[in-house]
Amino acid sequence: MIELSGIRKAFNQGRDNEYWALDGIDLRIAANQVTALRGPSGSGKTTLLTIVGCLSRPTEGRVRLKGGDISGLPERFLTEIRRQRFGFIFQQFNLIKGLTALDNIILPGYPTGRPRHELLARAEELLVGLKLGHRRDAKVEWLSGGEQQRVAICRALINDPELVIADEPTANLDSHLAGEFMGILESLAGQGRTILLTSHDPLVVESNVVQNVVDMRDGKLIQHR
Amino acid sequence: MKLWIEKQRYLIDFTLASLARRKARNIGLLLVYTLLVFMLASVTLYTHALRQEAARVLVASPEVVVQRMVAGRHDLIPPGYMEKIGRIRGVQTRTARLWGYYYDAVTKANYTFMVPAEDAPAKGEIVVGPALERSRGLAANNGISFRSYSGKLHTFIVAAVLPQATELVSADLVLMSEESFRAFFDYPVGHYTDIALTVANPQEVKNVALKLSAALPDARPILRDEVLRTYAAIFDWREGIVLALFSAAILAFGILAWEKASGLSAEEKREIGILKAIGWETGDVIKMKFWEGMLISLTAFLVGFVAAYVHVFHFAASMFEPVLKGWAVLYPHFQLTPHIDGVQVATLFFFTVFPYAAAVLVPIWKAAITDPDSVMRG
Amino acid sequence: MTRPADRAMIFLGLGGLAFFGCFVDAAWLRAAAVDDDAQRLQMVAQLRLTDLALFTEARYTRHPSQADLHSAFQDHPLAIEHFPTGSLIGPPAGLQKVGAGEMKYPAAGTAP
Repeated sequence: MIELSGIRKAFNQGRDNEYWALDGIDLRIAANQVTALRGPSGSGKTTLLTIVGCLSRPTEGRVRLKGGDISGLPERFLTEIRRQRFGFIFQQFNLIKGLTALDNIILPGYPTGRPRHELLARAEELLVGLKLGHRRDAKVEWLSGGEQQRVAICRALINDPELVIADEPTANLDSHLAGEFMGILESLAGQGRTILLTSHDPLVVESNVVQNVVDMRDGKLIQHR
Repeated sequence: MKLWIEKQRYLIDFTLASLARRKARNIGLLLVYTLLVFMLASVTLYTHALRQEAARVLVASPEVVVQRMVAGRHDLIPPGYMEKIGRIRGVQTRTARLWGYYYDAVTKANYTFMVPAEDAPAKGEIVVGPALERSRGLAANNGISFRSYSGKLHTFIVAAVLPQATELVSADLVLMSEESFRAFFDYPVGHYTDIALTVANPQEVKNVALKLSAALPDARPILRDEVLRTYAAIFDWREGIVLALFSAAILAFGILAWEKASGLSAEEKREIGILKAIGWETGDVIKMKFWEGMLISLTAFLVGFVAAYVHVFHFAASMFEPVLKGWAVLYPHFQLTPHIDGVQVATLFFFTVFPYAAAVLVPIWKAAITDPDSVMRG
Repeated sequence: MTRPADRAMIFLGLGGLAFFGCFVDAAWLRAAAVDDDAQRLQMVAQLRLTDLALFTEARYTRHPSQADLHSAFQDHPLAIEHFPTGSLIGPPAGLQKVGAGEMKYPAAGTAP
C-alpha cells in the first residue's frame, strides 16, 4: 500500500546540530496487514511514522501511496490525504481538553463538512463498539488512561481511514489495558484496515496480531521479518 | 454552499467550546469590551444628537445680531442707531430686541426677561417658560411678584405657559410687554438691548457684517454661523473631555485584549498542532480563530451599541448627562431627538471590531503554519 | 437547533436586528417629534432667539453666543467665548433645592 524508497530525514539541516534521524529507508507496508516498527528510542521509528502519515516530508527520497508519489505534494493535499485515509492514535492521546468524548471524536470530521447527525451517529457507533457509550458526554480530562485511549481510537476511525497509525499505543497502559488494546487492534485488522504502529513492548510486537515487524536502529532498518 | 455553511457551523461550535473552557476569563473580557463600546457609543450618540439639535433649532435664529460696544463692553443701543443700519444693502428686516436677565433670589436662578417683537403680552401680564412653571409652581392666571433692581415690587399675572416642546430654547423665558419691561428695569426710553437682522441671501451675510463694521465702528455683529460653530465647539469640547477620561480605560482594555488575544498559550499551540495532525487545514484553524474574534467583538459591538442607544434616547443618557450638557438650577427637561451619524457608527464599528479580530489572527498565522508533526514529538 | 453555533448565530442575528431596530426607532422618534420641532423653530424665529437654554446658571452663560468679548472661557479659537458651566464639578449642595433658605456664599449666578 505504501512504498518508501531512499527516505532520509534531517533535522536542523545546514546548522551545527544537523542530525539525520532517518538514513536511507526502503520499505513496503503491505495493505490489510499489521506492521510494527520496533527499536530503541532515538532509532527513528516515530520520525518514520510522521513521514508515512504525511505529517512531515522526507528530506530525500520518495513516498508512494498506492503507486502515486505523495512526497512532493503541497501541504493542502497532504492534509486532505491525512484526513481521508489515515487515522492517528498518538502516544499521549492528544485529546482536546474541555471537550466531551463525543466532541473530541467528531473533530476530524469538521473539515469534511459532513452533516452533524451523520458524524454523531458514526461516533456513537464507534463508542458503543469500544464499550464507552456511557462516557460519551464526559469531559476527556475526567476519563481514565484506558478510556482516553479508546476515545483516541474512535477519533482515529471517525473518517473511516484505510490506514491506522499508532505511536507507542501501549506505552501508557498497564498490562491489562494493553491486552484490551491488542483485542481492539485485532478487530481493526479484522475489518481489513492496514495498521502501522511503533512499539518496543514485547506484548505488542510478539503478538499474533502483528504480521510484520521492522527493526530499526540509528535511522536504518536492520531486519525485516 | 451548504457544505461551506456546515463547515463554518463546525468551526463556530469548536471555537465556542474552546471559549467556554475559560469561561470566567472570556465573559469578563466580553463584559469589559461591551461596556467600553457602550460608553463610547453613548458619548458619540449623545453629543451628535445634541449638536444636531442645536444646529437644527438655531437655523431659525436671526442671521446677524448687532451689539454695541462701549469701551469693549456690551452697551445699550441708543436712539437713532437702527436707522443707520437700514441703509446697508442685503438686510431684509431689522428688529430691535429688548431683553435682560433677572436673578430670582427665591429659586436662586436667572430668568431671561424678553419683549417679543410680535404678539407681546398685555401690560401687567407675562408668559413664562416651562422651567418657571416647575420651579415656582406657576400656572395660567397665577400672580407673581418680582422685586426689580430698583427695589420696587412688581406684580404680574401669568397669561400662559410656553409649550413644553419648546423647553430646550424657552425654559427660563419670561415674556412681557415693552411697557412692563421698561418700567421693571428702568430701561431708558428709545434704547434697546441689541438688534436682530435677517439677511435674505446667505452669501450676503459676511458682506453685511463687513459693511456694518465699517459704517458703525462700535458695532459688534454676531453671525449665526459663529453661533452654530460655538455650539458645535461646546459639545465637541465636552465630548473631548469625556473621551479623554475614557482614553485611559480604552488603553487599558487595549492592553488586556491584546494580551488575551495575541498571547497564544503553549496549550493553544499544542491544540492547533493536534487539529492539524488529525486533518484540519491551516485555513480551517485560521477561520476558527477568525470566528472567535468576530463572535466576541461583534457581540460586544451590537450589545454595547444597542444598550447605548436605549440609554441615550430612552433613558436620557442619565449616566453622562451632567458632563455632556452641564447642570443648572433651571435645567430644561427635553427629549433628545435621535439623530444617528452613520459615519460615526461605522467608525465606531471599525475601531472596536477590527482591531480585536486582527489581534486574534496575528499569532495564529504563525502557529498555524508550523509543522503538524510537532504533536508526535515531546 | 440546540447546536452552540446555531445559538450563537441566532443571538448575533437578534443583535443585528436590534442594531437596525435602533435606526428604525430613531426614524420613528424623529417623525414623532416633527410637531415639537416645528414649534421650537417657530418660537426661535418669532422671538429671534439665539441660544439654547442649557446654561442658565449665570447671566453671562445663558446666552453663550451673546457674551462680552472678554469673558471667562473660550473653547476654540474660532468659537465665541463662554463660561464653561459646571461640567466637571457638581452644583453646591442646596442650590438646586428651591427656597432652601439663605446661601452662605454667593452662587455662580448671583446678580451683580
